[in-house]
Amino acid sequence: MIKKFFRILSVVPLAGWLLGGFTAVLIEYYLGDLISYYLYLPKVPVLFGTLIMLKEPLLIPSALAYNLIVFILPILLVGRLLAPVMNSLAAMLEKMPIWLATIIYLAAFYGILHMWAGINDYRVLVVKLTMIAIILTVSLNIINGYMGEFSCSHPGFMAVGAYASSTLTLLLFANDKMFGEALLNPALGPWLFPVVLFIGGLVAALSSLIVAIPSFRTRGDYLAIISLAFLFIVKSAIENLEIIGGPRGMSSQPNYATLPVVFIWMSLCIWIIHNFTTSVMGKALNAVRDNEAAANSMTVNTRKTKMTAFMFGAFWAGVAGGLFAHVLRYVNPSTFGLQKLAEILAMVYFGGLNSIYGSIVGAVSISVLGEALRPLQLFKWIIIPLILILVMIFRPNGLISFTELNVKEVMRPRNKERSEGGE
Amino acid sequence: MDYFLQNLINALQWGSFYAVISIGYSMVYGVLMLFNFAHGDIFMVGTYIGFGIATLLLALFSAFIPGWMIFILVVIITMFLASFIGVFVEVVGYRPLRGAPRASAAITGLMIGIIFETGNLIILGAQRFSFPPLIKSVSYNVGGVYFTNVKVLIIVVSLILMLALHTFIKKSKWGMAMRAMSYDFMAVPLMGVSINVIAPLTFAIGAGLASVAGILYGQAYPVLDPYMGIQLGWKAFVAAILGGRGSIMGAALAGYLLGFIEMFVPMVFPSTFRDLIAYSIILVILTFRPRGFFGMTHSTQLRL
Repeated sequence: MIKKFFRILSVVPLAGWLLGGFTAVLIEYYLGDLISYYLYLPKVPVLFGTLIMLKEPLLIPSALAYNLIVFILPILLVGRLLAPVMNSLAAMLEKMPIWLATIIYLAAFYGILHMWAGINDYRVLVVKLTMIAIILTVSLNIINGYMGEFSCSHPGFMAVGAYASSTLTLLLFANDKMFGEALLNPALGPWLFPVVLFIGGLVAALSSLIVAIPSFRTRGDYLAIISLAFLFIVKSAIENLEIIGGPRGMSSQPNYATLPVVFIWMSLCIWIIHNFTTSVMGKALNAVRDNEAAANSMTVNTRKTKMTAFMFGAFWAGVAGGLFAHVLRYVNPSTFGLQKLAEILAMVYFGGLNSIYGSIVGAVSISVLGEALRPLQLFKWIIIPLILILVMIFRPNGLISFTELNVKEVMRPRNKERSEGGE
Repeated sequence: MDYFLQNLINALQWGSFYAVISIGYSMVYGVLMLFNFAHGDIFMVGTYIGFGIATLLLALFSAFIPGWMIFILVVIITMFLASFIGVFVEVVGYRPLRGAPRASAAITGLMIGIIFETGNLIILGAQRFSFPPLIKSVSYNVGGVYFTNVKVLIIVVSLILMLALHTFIKKSKWGMAMRAMSYDFMAVPLMGVSINVIAPLTFAIGAGLASVAGILYGQAYPVLDPYMGIQLGWKAFVAAILGGRGSIMGAALAGYLLGFIEMFVPMVFPSTFRDLIAYSIILVILTFRPRGFFGMTHSTQLRL
């Protein structure tokens, strides 16, 4: 029965699912209020009704019905019914250069996300934070997954990036009480924001040398300790730097990190990291992880490879930190503590090592789960760790590990069987 | 000079906590080559167990048993009970993952720690408990240096524990099995020493020690808090690694060193610089001595 159901759906290409999703968000956008009114829901459920379900169990059927009417049925019906059309569209897109096709798909996906999040600000925030979590997770996966080390310093790099970029934007584009008048025209701000983020990432990458230089001389667990020490050093240093707010933190960053900006950075990050991991250096990195001595004898410059990968990961953590600071528009040092570390590590190991796909899954599921279980308050912190322990016991490498992101495979039309081997 | 001696005693006391806790990390790391990230929270649970036992015994027997006897009883009972927490962590979080990548076990440890913290908050609520004083505090003044008998007790008990453990590891058969296991845990099980006995034992000893550290901590800083294990635990973890892989002596020494740094930094710098300077010193030490104080050389095949 279930198998048959999946076989029926197996002909739906990605384009079909996207169209279905688009229909669903359109329905929610125009009819959401009406449907929720008739289902006795107080307002449009924000996160697929999970919050309402946990707060008021009596409304569980209504919330489920809402999901069924608004999301599941339209997506399935539109996806399945228009599958032939979408398959020919997918075939057309397949003939285009892959970058163009990818951009078209991403734009469509962004359209759905934008409409879905447009309902209220809470959704926008959840989506932004989830995308930042994706950047963090994918970049930590370079170090912990592809390189096979155990780094604990990601929140530290994030803090460095967040503070560096916040300082720049506050100094250059904002009139605030900390740094006084803006040095440049604030209208330039949104355009120079990528540069600011890039600089934030670079500063984070440079700071990662403090960890990389001592710890990559020997193989072993010292990266874990040195990176942990680095995390505490960064936190403590920021707390003691009164010029950037000390323990009170920095606030009133300009609102540059809008949804499209975060989305573009996330896509860029995934694309670049994917290219990195499939490049010669990425393969060398895997070789270093699997057998350093062998890699060394095969002309891999292990130290350089490890340093580059580590700095690369730190760079993206810095970028994510910069985005994070401009999304929340407030940072303080205690944000980047052990709790954040546990969160990022959980995402990486839940999703799967050595897999960008897995990292995306991990980041999305842990952050959405974290938001969805919010009404349970404390029990949330029992359930999420339990899930993680179970995942670790049954799939020690994470849910989707050692799988490469294959964009072409994801986007291909589904109406004909894939030709086996060769063209 | 008085000021220096005063700080020395404080540092010895503060370092004792680090030393005793970090031994737990060090043993697990030495025998199983795994990070026990739940250890800080095992310390927390141990402290709460000690608190429960102490309150119970004080209520029952304080009329006719002297305080020091109750203290010894509390220590023994708490050690016994807390060692089961260690065994629990091993069985639930580490045994199923023995063949898995080492980092996965670290993650389960971390998660079990979070469950302990949250579980504590759920069961006991947000109220703060205060550890009952088991020994009546008496202050002494020797040549301008003030200290209490509690401080002396903390230092002495920690030293006794560490010496006892050292003797156990070096002299007893169990200790020998542990050392063998840390040397090679592929071959030793073939010699008839079961890893399923040695691993829980290692965790149990670590947890027992941590719980005693908790009781002592409760004597010095009575306010209990579900998150008390985080700061102390992670610092003790750093100390354990600084001491060198699986070296009890090294872990204890590094614990005391950390205590000294943390107590003496405020003499020169503002006290907010404590973490910054402590960890910078650790970073420098590890840069020049990556194996820690007494670490054995690592096999290059090691991986997380």
